[in-house]
Amino acid sequence: MRDVAVRFRAAYGAPGRHLLLLVGCFAVAGWVALRLAGEATAGRMLLWFVGAAIAHDFVLFPIYGSADRALRAAVGERRARPASGPSLLNHLRVPALAAALLFLVYLPGILRQGRETYLAATGQDQQPFLARWLLVSAALFLASGVLYAYRRWRARNA
Amino acid sequence: MSADRTSPGDHPGPPPQTEPPGRPAYGFPRRGWALLAEHPPPGARRIGERWRSPLRGPWLTAVYGLALLVGLPLVFLTGLLDYLAYSPQFGQALPHDVGWLRLPPFDWPTGPSWLFRVTQGLHVALGITLIPIVLGKLWSVIPKLFDWPPARSVAQLLERLSLVLLVGGILFEIATGLLNIQYAYLFGFDFYTAHYFGAWVFVAALVTHVALKLRRMLTALRSRPVLAELAVPRDATRPEPPDPDGLVAARPGPATVTRRGALALVGGLSLLLAGLTVGQNFDGRWRSTALLLPRGRQPGEGPTGFPVNRTAAAAGVRAADNGAGWRLALRADGRQASLDRAALLAMPQHTARLPIACVEGWSTLQTWTGVRLRDLAALVGAGQPGSAHVRSLEKAGQFAQATLQANQVLDPDSLLALRVNGVDLTPDHGYPARVIVPALPGVHCTKWVAEIEFRRQPDA
Repeated sequence: MRDVAVRFRAAYGAPGRHLLLLVGCFAVAGWVALRLAGEATAGRMLLWFVGAAIAHDFVLFPIYGSADRALRAAVGERRARPASGPSLLNHLRVPALAAALLFLVYLPGILRQGRETYLAATGQDQQPFLARWLLVSAALFLASGVLYAYRRWRARNA
Repeated sequence: MSADRTSPGDHPGPPPQTEPPGRPAYGFPRRGWALLAEHPPPGARRIGERWRSPLRGPWLTAVYGLALLVGLPLVFLTGLLDYLAYSPQFGQALPHDVGWLRLPPFDWPTGPSWLFRVTQGLHVALGITLIPIVLGKLWSVIPKLFDWPPARSVAQLLERLSLVLLVGGILFEIATGLLNIQYAYLFGFDFYTAHYFGAWVFVAALVTHVALKLRRMLTALRSRPVLAELAVPRDATRPEPPDPDGLVAARPGPATVTRRGALALVGGLSLLLAGLTVGQNFDGRWRSTALLLPRGRQPGEGPTGFPVNRTAAAAGVRAADNGAGWRLALRADGRQASLDRAALLAMPQHTARLPIACVEGWSTLQTWTGVRLRDLAALVGAGQPGSAHVRSLEKAGQFAQATLQANQVLDPDSLLALRVNGVDLTPDHGYPARVIVPALPGVHCTKWVAEIEFRRQPDA
């Protein structure tokens, strides 16, 4: 019996409970897929499900990874990791990342998507959101800039 | 800074190897997996050498993982509670038919009146707050996506497939949820169906993932005491020792951020999102702090200047329907009554301060005045109804009607409201009359009520 378990483990690559867990996981997903297969929009759901992972891994990540590399090259290694004092790179990275995240999360309002459903639900338009996002982003960069200047000043006078 | 303040888990030993020790052995068929490993697609090796961040490693992944392990179950459970709040026993929770994923039957309570406001507010706000942590966790493990060989055994292959369900699942839930609360139905499928079933697929993958990785997470957390790690300065931030999962970069560069910085960044972004979201649950000045959300805006001034979730125009309710000719029809067991607004105002009036809380995670607390639903039931001789079916003047629409549970009809604060904050309802708020029940989801507090049928049975 023990021998069987050892051989299974070597062939499969993990103990039996690993397989049991994964079978359970795929059973739920498979059952949901079968259940939704009859829906007219099942294909779209699948597309969005797989597309969400692909969009993150092969679009969003390369974009922010490359943007960070470009920013780092533009700032220069010396100011990215100064021997003393604050890092200019990080004081740009943080507000840039925050602004990008806000854009992503609140994108429908900023880009005025779904105008009709929005109007039906709220009786309003989405006019103010783009300006608000720009203002919040500007405020984040400004705050980061002020903090950078203060930290530099303090590091020099330390 | 003294040079000896290195990370507690660091090894001063040999530089990281390209192939860390402890990688899982090849399973059956050995030769097949080995062959796969020897033939990487062009560029695969170069990608492996491009990972530079010295922060990536089991410890950082474990910290993000722990935060999600605490937060995500709460989002899931509050999501299920919201489904239950729609009274699935009447077939009015969406999606209607969920087969084996049916939840145990249970009467959603009417107290405390803020119950749904809190569960749904938490579901949406916490879901949004966790987005940076999800992205941070994905960043920390992304080198594994480009790992070659992609698997060394059937076990690993299956596990990686389950990660498609895990990552696709959480991103699908985030994307559909965010689009729903902002009324942009770009996806073109039914939100409720997708979000409900998507959640179960995700949770099944999450349970599997946690069962397989929990021990590794705990080991990683213990490898570097958190407080000591947070005190390590940038110059002394070193990569973790090579790990069997290959999270640690093969050729890490120098650190530009401390581990404390990486955690503070993700935590700070979470706080930023939370700060721009929670305001949609408050009235007055606080509401406007939800700067970028639909419900951060006060739609008007005065006693009726609070948000609605459907305008009279959108519902197709015209002045001809809800004008002087409007009558409320009451029915019970073949008995009928018809009342105009003056007759309703002549009945005993009750005032209650109750929230309207919407599934989109916003809410507002107002003072409603009207006739108790139980008084209306008594009027047609249905003193102890099993349920009540409320129909709106609205012709079409998913929420043109709703069934109320017995406790929701009989609660002393359950009203057919005629006035709000001391003035008549406006058309957008449901004039001539609307239902308001403590702790009931906003869309089931039917507006422009045309008819209420009290039923003896709890199910129609």
